[in-house]
Amino acid sequence: MLHAKKILSLALTGLVAVASVAVASVAAQTQITGAGATFPAPIYTKWFSEYAKVDPTVTINYQPIGSGGGQKQILAETVDFGASDGPMSDENLAKAPRALWHIPTVAGAVVISYNLPDSPKLKLDGETLANIFLGKITNWRDPAITGQNPGVPLPDIGIVVVHRSDGSGTSYIFTDYLSNVSADWKSKVGKNTAVSWPAGLGGKGNAGVAGQLKESPGSIGYVELIYAKQNKLPYADLKNSSGNYITPTIESVVAALATATIPDDFRFSMVNAPGADAYPISGVTWLLVYEQQKDPVKGQKLVEFLKWAYSDGEKMAASLDYAPLPDSVKERVLKRVGEIKY
Amino acid sequence: MSQSAILPETTPLTSAISRWPDRSFRWLAIGAACMVLLLIGLVGWQLSRGAHLAITTFGPGFLASSKWDPVTDEYGAWPFIFGTLLSSLLAIVIAVPLGVATALFLTEMAPLKLRQPVVTLIEMLAAVPSVIFGLWGIFMLVPWLRDHLFQWIAHSWLGYLPFFKGPIYGVSMLAGGIVVAIMILPIVTSVSREILRSVPNLQREAAYALGATHWEVIRIAVLSYAGRGIFGAAVLGLGRALGETMAVTMVIGNRPEVSASLFAPGYTLASVIANEFTEANSDLYISSLFELGLVLLVVTFLVNAAAQLMLRTLTGQGMGKIK
Repeated sequence: MLHAKKILSLALTGLVAVASVAVASVAAQTQITGAGATFPAPIYTKWFSEYAKVDPTVTINYQPIGSGGGQKQILAETVDFGASDGPMSDENLAKAPRALWHIPTVAGAVVISYNLPDSPKLKLDGETLANIFLGKITNWRDPAITGQNPGVPLPDIGIVVVHRSDGSGTSYIFTDYLSNVSADWKSKVGKNTAVSWPAGLGGKGNAGVAGQLKESPGSIGYVELIYAKQNKLPYADLKNSSGNYITPTIESVVAALATATIPDDFRFSMVNAPGADAYPISGVTWLLVYEQQKDPVKGQKLVEFLKWAYSDGEKMAASLDYAPLPDSVKERVLKRVGEIKY
Repeated sequence: MSQSAILPETTPLTSAISRWPDRSFRWLAIGAACMVLLLIGLVGWQLSRGAHLAITTFGPGFLASSKWDPVTDEYGAWPFIFGTLLSSLLAIVIAVPLGVATALFLTEMAPLKLRQPVVTLIEMLAAVPSVIFGLWGIFMLVPWLRDHLFQWIAHSWLGYLPFFKGPIYGVSMLAGGIVVAIMILPIVTSVSREILRSVPNLQREAAYALGATHWEVIRIAVLSYAGRGIFGAAVLGLGRALGETMAVTMVIGNRPEVSASLFAPGYTLASVIANEFTEANSDLYISSLFELGLVLLVVTFLVNAAAQLMLRTLTGQGMGKIK
């Protein structure tokens, strides 16, 4: 009995000690939490760990739970900032208790990948792509495809369409593009993080789509540029609104960003941007931040971080295959960041 | 309660103190049992709360509608219910004969030295994470099914049946059923094995004494004796099959469509929730996903209840013990 008491008292002392250490470290540290989009998670994680070296008093935790979750959590104010791959709808934005701002961070491209013998370099335009995904073009020898690819040996086999089965920002950007280039797609399917696909098979995540592509001869699907590069998947050059066939690269995404029309609330779509060198299927990802911060300390630290992200952070983007914002856009965003009140 | 009939009367010698463990154990057991009910109740309540908007918007039509369109905010559960039931049924049809045959081999035929290693291997199969089965499904099983088994089926007389028509993608309802079958095989096998082991040797010896062959002994003395227990094993397997998510998602094709062909892609309730919940961006969308969860809970409950009922009518008794 005595023994047990001793252990108990020892354990209690230990607990108190641990608790006091925890309290001490909380006092010195500012904890900022964010949640949302998965697409920019690699670069955000990099930013937060690098920024911890710049300002050791701040710890930023980011949970990549998905854009829908990010929007919900920032609306409920359970996190200090949200992140989303698609702009919030007017309906959702109206639920915010006060002004909620979209702050664009980086951009990425969605590429069209396929499984064909010898992986030729294909050229496609938006109309053809929409018709393939609508299930109207069903064979690789269709004149719409062969017409754009003279000299490319295309097999006489059926096209297997592969799309994302999970809701994702990638699907949002892709369906946004198809709605932009095809009236048929716009009226029959529309754009969203998940849609009612008229044709094809669903794969879960980039990995699921890539898996289906790899294993099904004659398949076509869309994945993020980063993913296609890392996994050495072939991808098509796409015809942009100026009529040029453009290879998806960081440069061609920056070119799209530079020519996209960007409104003051930064909720913009950059698909089918007008630039001569712009790759047509690309999109930015946003942080969601309240204009009026609740906690003055956190607010100040968040603004300091954002300013750092647009100066030093953006330089890391290219190494992780994200497109940084062009200077013209960055200036406008930084001005907005400066207006955050705390 | 019933315990008091079994427990010996307390004699004057045993004081209140020695009755204390009995009582506390009883309350502990009752508490644990109530906790399970409470959890189920809370899950159901939370799901209905989340699904409220979808239920009031779509009414019972939700169950019958085949439309699932997040763009126009119109939702229906039928293709998912169909996919869940069909893929689980396929899994059971494949896994139960295999599992029972394996269990029979292990209890009646295998050399003693071989039994334990095989049992260990089967139990290891149960420890493989779902996503591994899914990846194996995508990269190994599906291509093989597409290029060999499905081709063979389509070109044999089976190809004339409506169940094996249409283009062959590999990923399909049948592929989903096969993967789930492999995943529930360990539980079906080990439960069947326990049941078969509990068949008294006297049964077998009596049959042998009457001049029965090995097969007749298994059929008359063992299988008929263990029938209800094996049915129970199948029900346990079915319960797991209904809720299986990751592996199915990766091989079933994720297409909300009701097709008679097993070669066609399908979709299950658990898969669509796992796929779309994180990015669901409108209230009605999230609410509809909640309602799918509620439907899955009810479907699982109904299937299990139906199985119990079948068992009762088959044998004229309740479940719980082997006759």
